[in-house]
Amino acid sequence: MSKAALQAVKKKFASEVISEHSQHGDETLVMKADKIQAICEFCRDDPAVAMDMLSDLTAVDFLMQGRETRFEMVYHLYSTTKRHRLRIKLPVGEAKAEVASVTGVWKSANWMEREVWDMYGIKFEGHPDLRRILLYEEFVGHPLRKDYPIAKRQPLTRREDPVENIWEQKHILTGPSAGAHFRGSYDTE
Amino acid sequence: MGIELYGVETLQQILGWARKYSMFKQPFVTACCGMEYMSAMGPRYDLSRFGCEFVQFTPRHTDLLFVVGTISERQAPVLRRIYDQMADPKFVVAFGVCASSGGFYQNYAVVPGVDQIIPVDVYIPGCPPRPEQVIDGIVRLQEIIQAGETHSQKELRQLAGAKG
Ligand code: SF4
Repeated sequence: MSKAALQAVKKKFASEVISEHSQHGDETLVMKADKIQAICEFCRDDPAVAMDMLSDLTAVDFLMQGRETRFEMVYHLYSTTKRHRLRIKLPVGEAKAEVASVTGVWKSANWMEREVWDMYGIKFEGHPDLRRILLYEEFVGHPLRKDYPIAKRQPLTRREDPVENIWEQKHILTGPSAGAHFRGSYDTE
Repeated sequence: MGIELYGVETLQQILGWARKYSMFKQPFVTACCGMEYMSAMGPRYDLSRFGCEFVQFTPRHTDLLFVVGTISERQAPVLRRIYDQMADPKFVVAFGVCASSGGFYQNYAVVPGVDQIIPVDVYIPGCPPRPEQVIDGIVRLQEIIQAGETHSQKELRQLAGAKG
């Protein structure tokens, strides 16, 4: 059903397309990462494609899978008027893990891009507020990268001995967020 | 040590009896175990039969902290703060395997057991535990309170002993 959309994007950005495939009727375009903003804008504005909704934006780590590029960005697009879907994938290298932000095209990309930055450490050029969204600022590293140690924890607070000295405040609160979900809202001082 | 008062034994027994049947609880519900907690509180299993009825959503008015569900590293300081705000003597129940040991989560985000942050008196295993198990846990807790063996009571006695 979304063959027409795929053809329209392919025709417009013929030089950018690396490959295409379709599985169970889900059309996928693998494209070069450079012009993603222009591609997304075209997908949103072209009347034949009309992708007015970014249903998901995520990434995959292909460490040790024998690929040239380590990461892959994935964009799931949906058109609420035409009722078709399209998936766009971009290979992203490890040395320069950076792609252009699409927050200017769909506002909903804001938090999804922050999540990808939090979990995979892929930077988004032009993002208005690229901070961690799920983890705390004191966290070092990006846990969904395949080389993050599987059970490595970075606690914000621990008792030295959980049973002895109940009233001595031996727990440590560190850093600006200190475990508060929303920054500053737990500041009573 | 200090002066032995006649009838202190009995007084402790009365206090223990009063405490164990009038627990005000603060549920710290974060995950799926909450459903089973509601079921245990509801009319069918009815925890209030065991003197554990009153639910308060302010830690300063409670003496029983129910940690129900998965505690992430980011939430740990908040849980600790709630524990610190409760009035003495205070008791803690870890409800479900997530609160007791982290359960099947072995990763960057989840605290491997809330006893890493606060002292826990009773652990209720299960994912989620059945209401019968919860009732069993409450009855066990009441036995410990009557005997004066919860972490908080022991610590209070130690403090009193150090003063006297
Ligand atoms: S123990 Fe099981 S039911 Fe309870 S919070 Fe953990 S995963 Fe959910």
